[in-house]
Amino acid sequence: MAGNPDLPPKTRGLTAIAGAMSLIAVLLIVQIWLLSAALESFLAGKRSSALPAAIFSGVMFLICFGLYLFVDRADSDVRNSASEQ
Amino acid sequence: MNWLRRSSSEPLWKEEFSVRTADERYVTRRQLTKFLVLTSFGMFVGNLWILLRSLFYKTPTFPRQTVARLGEIPVGGVKLFTFPTQDDHCILIRISENEHVGYSQKCTHLSCAVYYSQESNRLECPCHKGFFSIADGSVLQGPPPRPLPRIVLEKRGDELVAVDIKVS
Repeated sequence: MAGNPDLPPKTRGLTAIAGAMSLIAVLLIVQIWLLSAALESFLAGKRSSALPAAIFSGVMFLICFGLYLFVDRADSDVRNSASEQ
Repeated sequence: MNWLRRSSSEPLWKEEFSVRTADERYVTRRQLTKFLVLTSFGMFVGNLWILLRSLFYKTPTFPRQTVARLGEIPVGGVKLFTFPTQDDHCILIRISENEHVGYSQKCTHLSCAVYYSQESNRLECPCHKGFFSIADGSVLQGPPPRPLPRIVLEKRGDELVAVDIKVS
């Protein structure tokens, strides 16, 4: 895991996790907006925007899932390095 | 009474609260991350649901219904009716000698009943000051996100018949 080598592993791990969580939160806000916009468009009788909205939402979910896996792995790495010390 | 004694040499608080504060922070953050990702999945499922509804959308057909006779309301006058079901309240307005318009009375913001303002010649929602055009039901001002659904009217003899609802 790249980062400032002066910091202890747990601090670096927490920083990485916080960064990933922030990214997930931003993506989630965009997804909420996308869902409300797609619903609004659907209720207004415009059904052409449903497909691109679903595709983008799916891509954002996959990114969120990837970030979750990263957080999981980063957490395991930090725990292992902490237990080795 | 030996079975009541604890076999561990650790203090009781360490047995009951076996997670260190730093570790607990990790666990909490991971759980929150998992929750956020599950919420993201929920948003995706919501978008998929809208997509499926769009793909399998069937244009509804409405039963024809007489809503008024031609000379029943004066110019600038209003008549309330229900179409297509008894729960769907609508408003019929005679805007000129030979022209009538009908709209759903349900505001597209929070479903308050809109009324016709003859002075300003527009439909107004009293709840949050949403104004709609009398010509096509489009939003003139305020929080409503969509135009009012328009009731398609046909003249049959001396009767006005509602035949369809147009959502634009």
